[in-house]
Amino acid sequence: MDNSTLFGIASIMYILAMVLYITHFVFKKNAIGWIATLFTVIGFVAHTISFFVRWYEFSQIEGLGIIRAVPLTNLYESIVFFVWCLILGYLIIEFRFKNKSLGAFVTPIAGMALAFIDISGMSKEIHPLVPALQSNWLLAHVTMSFIAYAAFAISFATALMYLSSVSDSKRSKSYFIWTTVLGIFLVVIIAMGLDFVLFKVAGMSHKVFLKSYLFKASFRNDSFSIVLISSIIAVVLMALVWRYGIELKKIIEAFNITPDTLDELTYKSIAVGFPVFTLGGLIFGAVWADQAWGRYWSWDPKETWSLITWFIYAFYLHARLLRGWRGVKTALIALLGFVSTIFTYLGVNLLLSGLHSYGSM
Amino acid sequence: MTKKGLIDRIWDFFASIKLAIVVFSVICVLSIFGTVIEQNVDAEKNIKLLTRLFGSDFAPDIYRLIHAVGLDSMYKSWWFISLLFLFATNLIVCSIERLPSIIKIVKEPIKPVGEDVIQSMPIKISRTVDKKVADCTDLLSNALKKSGFNPQEYKNSDSIQLIAEKGRYGRLGVYITHISIIVLFLGVLIGTFKGFNGYLNLLEGTSSSVVYLPNGKEIPLDFEIRCDDFEVTFYQGTDTPKSYKSLITILENGKEVLKKEIGVNSPLKYKGITFYQSSYGFSPTVNSVFRLNVKTEKDKVVMIEALFNERFNLPNSNITVKISDFAPALGMDESGRLFNYADSMNNPAVMLEFFEGNRLIDRQWILKRYPQTWQTKFATIEFVDLWGSQYTGLQVRKDPGVWLVYLACLLMTIGLFMSFFLNHQKVWVLIRQKGNKSEVIVGANSNKYKASLENKMINILAFTDLRDNMTRSN
Ligand code: HEM
Repeated sequence: MDNSTLFGIASIMYILAMVLYITHFVFKKNAIGWIATLFTVIGFVAHTISFFVRWYEFSQIEGLGIIRAVPLTNLYESIVFFVWCLILGYLIIEFRFKNKSLGAFVTPIAGMALAFIDISGMSKEIHPLVPALQSNWLLAHVTMSFIAYAAFAISFATALMYLSSVSDSKRSKSYFIWTTVLGIFLVVIIAMGLDFVLFKVAGMSHKVFLKSYLFKASFRNDSFSIVLISSIIAVVLMALVWRYGIELKKIIEAFNITPDTLDELTYKSIAVGFPVFTLGGLIFGAVWADQAWGRYWSWDPKETWSLITWFIYAFYLHARLLRGWRGVKTALIALLGFVSTIFTYLGVNLLLSGLHSYGSM
Repeated sequence: MTKKGLIDRIWDFFASIKLAIVVFSVICVLSIFGTVIEQNVDAEKNIKLLTRLFGSDFAPDIYRLIHAVGLDSMYKSWWFISLLFLFATNLIVCSIERLPSIIKIVKEPIKPVGEDVIQSMPIKISRTVDKKVADCTDLLSNALKKSGFNPQEYKNSDSIQLIAEKGRYGRLGVYITHISIIVLFLGVLIGTFKGFNGYLNLLEGTSSSVVYLPNGKEIPLDFEIRCDDFEVTFYQGTDTPKSYKSLITILENGKEVLKKEIGVNSPLKYKGITFYQSSYGFSPTVNSVFRLNVKTEKDKVVMIEALFNERFNLPNSNITVKISDFAPALGMDESGRLFNYADSMNNPAVMLEFFEGNRLIDRQWILKRYPQTWQTKFATIEFVDLWGSQYTGLQVRKDPGVWLVYLACLLMTIGLFMSFFLNHQKVWVLIRQKGNKSEVIVGANSNKYKASLENKMINILAFTDLRDNMTRSN
């Protein structure tokens, strides 16, 4: 079987699992929960095999070799890998905490990522590597960066959960912050979904699409009334999240995790992510640039944003260790750090230009 | 109160964490500007960008301001570099301040302490166990060993103390990390002042003993470098480049001393100077040589070199051939028409004219990447190369500080992994008789992960319970 058939099977499994997890979450039927887990595991196995099959197929292109053929070279492949990391992380948490409620939140994210791939019609072909990408450092650089991103994503989630667990009333500052952040995320995701539905049908290449059509269907529309309506809807959505945030808080409380543990979990994920990011993201990136272009550091936007992200997390560590900051203040820095991480990964490519667009060589 | 001297105050200024926070934040914000405003590009580009952001009325003035301050080439500006120096000084002073206490922590072994000290620790748990003091001590000692500690036992008149610690050297990690940043700065400084970053374009077949800086200044090399050949290869059936290769020869006093093929990701290093494959270009001259492989029926391949418009004999025949046209990137559209689609040699092709005597009897395009076009009526002719028409663009760097940068990377990795994956944990366990039971007081401290250390301690105490029940059931 080729990699895309296998990945198709995995996608179907994940989407079925998503439906089942949500049903389980609402009706609390154990049997449904077990079937959901079973589907997720089957999907995960198919996904894993598909990843390696693609890796193998890639390595067969004109003798590229195994090490250089890691399928993490374009947006499609990185989203597929992101879903893989997410499901793996989720399964570990499910087996450790023996709690399936989180599945109702995680599988929709996976489902959304899969839908994103399909609606955007991004190329799923195996693209041969241009010379600059033919480096053994690529494997270490990309995979380690991803592990660090995943660790930072977890710290983001736990920092949000921390804020929600310490906010005992709707008036508290922390309640306002975590519902706002969640609201913004929802609005951005929905707006991007609209863009894809409306513009992707026109059949543009996804690069052009992301650069000039992002938020075109909503906030950047040519018609002023649509901009106005979108803004109103966005505010309403955020108000809804604010209004019903208390319900979400109850779900998080059902996990029985104390705020202190959440705070420490945030710290722990950053403490894992930081050294991995330093080595894989910054150092291996610099070594690779040194080998390919003769410059270990050239202040291009991607590098600079990695450095900014690094500074923010260094700030977090120092504030905690030296000034003894705990709780809300550090949670805020953790949130900021992840926003910067996302910008480093997506924003730079979408909004800023640079060496990393692999333009010339 | 005595007033502090000036030197002390300057020292305190540089040792303060507040300064670090301010410098950190300022560098971050400036860097963000630096990624939005394009660096080191023509004024036009940034004015365009500013027009989009602020409208065309303000853009020129804003640009003038930005340019005057140097925000469009900020990583080279004196104020950005001063900030980096401030950061480094801050870090050095901080490190010197903390050195004595770090050394103390790492050198001094853990000691037994009084009960009041244990009671004031961040983690303290106490409980009463229905067991003799000696048995309790054994159980706890084993439990500690199972968690990776190495407990020592101290006997007092009325109590026993077990003390243990783990990951003491993890404390050095922070130090190594900070030193690595200073080493990094040193490496960058040496590279900036003692090295250079230049370029060199070499046409196939030519050589040079100088390279150029971006501002046009010449830098002499004490050897000569020659490009013997440059070649781009493409993935089958596409215009995606697969490799860029230059065959380079180094000459000393006219003698060849080294030959190497370089490509992206595989540079050539000679006498501290590194040559990177960075670009290429196409500029044919009248002296460029067409190379053809000709195979007649006898299965023998003959390499023929010819100039443009020059006739040559087809081996084993009375036919002469002339190269009458050339295209660097010949493609075919849907209706089968030929057209040139690029300025570089993506798919070079030659038009061959075949003559019998002086009479033109045939003509045909030969496309380098399409073997089906090599077949002619008279022989199989492969177009190999137009040699002497492409130049290789090399980036040339001398950086005597780069080894320090690599050393810094190594130190930073070691330092960070030490400080995050070895965490310093200290445990004191006090056990004493209380009636016919034992009282156990555990105090513990760690520079991080307090909650999980507390869980560990609870587990260790629970260990005594478990065994307790088991002995009773025996
Ligand atoms: C980007 C640059 C820096 C990096 C990557 C860095 C890294 C670190 C790390 C990883 C720790 C340990 C944190 C923990 O264990 O949670 C630490 C601690 C510390 N840092 Fe930095 N640091 C940087 C800059 C600075 C600067 C500029 C100062 C000077 C004010 C400073 C002063 C300290 C001090 C005093 C400690 C505590 C050391 C101890 O445990 O006694 N750091 N740093």
